Amino acid sequence: MKNALNSRAVGSAGTMAVRILFAAAAAFPIVFMLVSSLKTDQQIFGDMSSIAAFLPIGNISFDNYGAVFDRVPAARFLMNSIGISAITVVLGIFVNSLCAFALSRMEVRGKRIVFTAILATLIVPFQTLALPLVWWVNQLPYFELNGFSLEFSKGWLDTYQVQIIPFIANAFSIYLYHQYFESIPKELDEAARIDGAGWFKIYRQVVMPLAGPATATVAILTFLPAWNSYLWPLMVVQSEELRPVMIGIQYFFQLNVSWGEVMAYASLITVPVVILFIAFQRSFINSIASSGVKG
Amino acid sequence: MMNKRFTRILATSVAAAALVGTLGACGKGSASATSEGSNEITMWTHNAGNPDELKAVQSIVDSYNKSPDAKAQIKVQAFPQDSYNDSVVSAAASGKLPCLVDIDGPNVPNWAWAKYLAPLKLDVDLSKNLPSTVAKWDGETYAVGTYDVSLAMLSRKSDLAAAGVRIATVEKPWTKDEFQEALTKLKALGKWEHPLDMGTGGTGEWLPYAYSPFLQSFGGDLINRDGFQTADGSLNGEEAVQWAQWFRGLADEGFMATKSGKDPVQDFVNNKSAIVYTGSWAADTAMTAVKDDLAIMPTVDLGNGPKVGGGSWQWGVTSGCANSEAAMDYLSYSLKPENIAAMAKATATIPATDEAAAMLPEFAEGGASRIFMDFSRGYAVMRPETPAYPFIATEYGKAVQDILAGADAKTVLDKTVKAIDANIKSNGGYKD
Repeated sequence: MKNALNSRAVGSAGTMAVRILFAAAAAFPIVFMLVSSLKTDQQIFGDMSSIAAFLPIGNISFDNYGAVFDRVPAARFLMNSIGISAITVVLGIFVNSLCAFALSRMEVRGKRIVFTAILATLIVPFQTLALPLVWWVNQLPYFELNGFSLEFSKGWLDTYQVQIIPFIANAFSIYLYHQYFESIPKELDEAARIDGAGWFKIYRQVVMPLAGPATATVAILTFLPAWNSYLWPLMVVQSEELRPVMIGIQYFFQLNVSWGEVMAYASLITVPVVILFIAFQRSFINSIASSGVKG
Repeated sequence: MMNKRFTRILATSVAAAALVGTLGACGKGSASATSEGSNEITMWTHNAGNPDELKAVQSIVDSYNKSPDAKAQIKVQAFPQDSYNDSVVSAAASGKLPCLVDIDGPNVPNWAWAKYLAPLKLDVDLSKNLPSTVAKWDGETYAVGTYDVSLAMLSRKSDLAAAGVRIATVEKPWTKDEFQEALTKLKALGKWEHPLDMGTGGTGEWLPYAYSPFLQSFGGDLINRDGFQTADGSLNGEEAVQWAQWFRGLADEGFMATKSGKDPVQDFVNNKSAIVYTGSWAADTAMTAVKDDLAIMPTVDLGNGPKVGGGSWQWGVTSGCANSEAAMDYLSYSLKPENIAAMAKATATIPATDEAAAMLPEFAEGGASRIFMDFSRGYAVMRPETPAYPFIATEYGKAVQDILAGADAKTVLDKTVKAIDANIKSNGGYKD
């Protein structure tokens, strides 16, 4: 009996040790980033071959954080990315769920072909589309309110909308919503219809309220690429005041790289994502599990 | 409950849509501010995140803008260096290039061939500039720089003395055999796992910039410069194979790592290597840390004299510029000796003219950085002045990495030559 208890205790300690090992492996890069953001370049490289690389010891200061703001308009870039990501997520949820609803619920001739065509776009990598897309967005008209008059212009380059609108419609989000909507019994629609509800009311009051997990998944899977967006803004944005955070990281890669500042900036731009992850931890894990994808 | 929540989401979406419009309006405002108006021209530069250089550029621009003779007001837009070329290429694809751009020297022929750039017509005599700061292609000058950089080997005088190795000089650089002997002696001291750091962890333009001079010192080259139509014989000839075997040999003998650390200069400062092969831009960092013990030495003579890559960032005028007269006028203004000196000081680089160098104590005769100017004057080899250069650079970079990984030198170089020749052929020889 005692032996059995002992072996169980050893087993659980072993399991715990393995878990700690995995957790440490996952945490080390983040710890290294945070700790290095407090050190000078010379110390970062000096500590590299020992455990000191992960410890806030030696000549520690927040100087790198101050230097970040001297080198990069970090606050502006953060605000831009928060705005761009948030708007892309909100509009993405609305547009993609509407599209998926139509494809799932409405009887429209050819909807299978449309759905297949949407899915087929997933095969094409964005890098292939990027340059033609630059040409297209430069041809598109846009209108803006100037006082009480509407002004039309051509070309979206160097604007906020060019960083948002092309990424609202998303084939994978449509697919996720479509699959989720398919699992919601159609009898609910019929009951609502008997009560006099139209398509939009069914979408708004019946289907979407039941699609919370799908919405969480779509929100997260839209937010992460929007936050990490690099290639597209690089190609379409010239004005510094419109740039997102990921472009900012390039500001540090000069001939003499200041690694402490790189780590400080990386820490700064990781914070919003970490806060988001902590806030939606359960939804995030559920969404990964339910969609079978990594972000 | 659910309905209320959904209504909130919907309301947020509508508000967000409205916000897109508002942000769009803000964005447009910014864009129009940079448009090429009749009296304002835009200048793109690669130095966002480099406050010293950007400040120097802005200061020249400000003084030009205030000048009563200014033919236009110049507006500076800065981009991060690593992504600058991508921004220019996509702007060119959408017809949105500004009037003035800066360009990494070796890319000038490609941009001129692609019709991004117009030939320069300046009111200044460029004959006294360092040759590597004037970019020519097809008989025309397309870009001019205010500075150049150079390559060097940095070491500690005390380490060299301890190993019984002489300090290499401009007059008497190390030969191949001396270099071998120096590395053997330094390794025997047992202080370093690898006494030499050649920056083998570097990527991109570093690979052709840093290692093609060794190839050239052996007698090979990236391409046959007679017409720039083939790399056959130059990049896969006997000398090129010798270079590849020598380079790989440095790793095989334990003198250098096949992949060095992220920052070789910091590793050198932290005494993790005895000799670091790096650019003149790193000299300040090393001087600050190592002080008087620092030895700045020329690169090795492998048979045909030491070589360093020539050509750094330069300025050009785009072919679509509506006010090219003003753009040329600004460029002429920016090449005044005091402006060249200010740029070189801000960037710790080699000034393009002797007149400017005389204004900087560190580059005047006997100055601490004068040696880099001597390297540049004495050893600079321009990277091949052909539109094929970006492709050659990429292929050569891959070859370097394959050679370091242990691949057969001749096989790798033959493959590289084949790819380069095919590219030149498929582009009609890069002729107009």
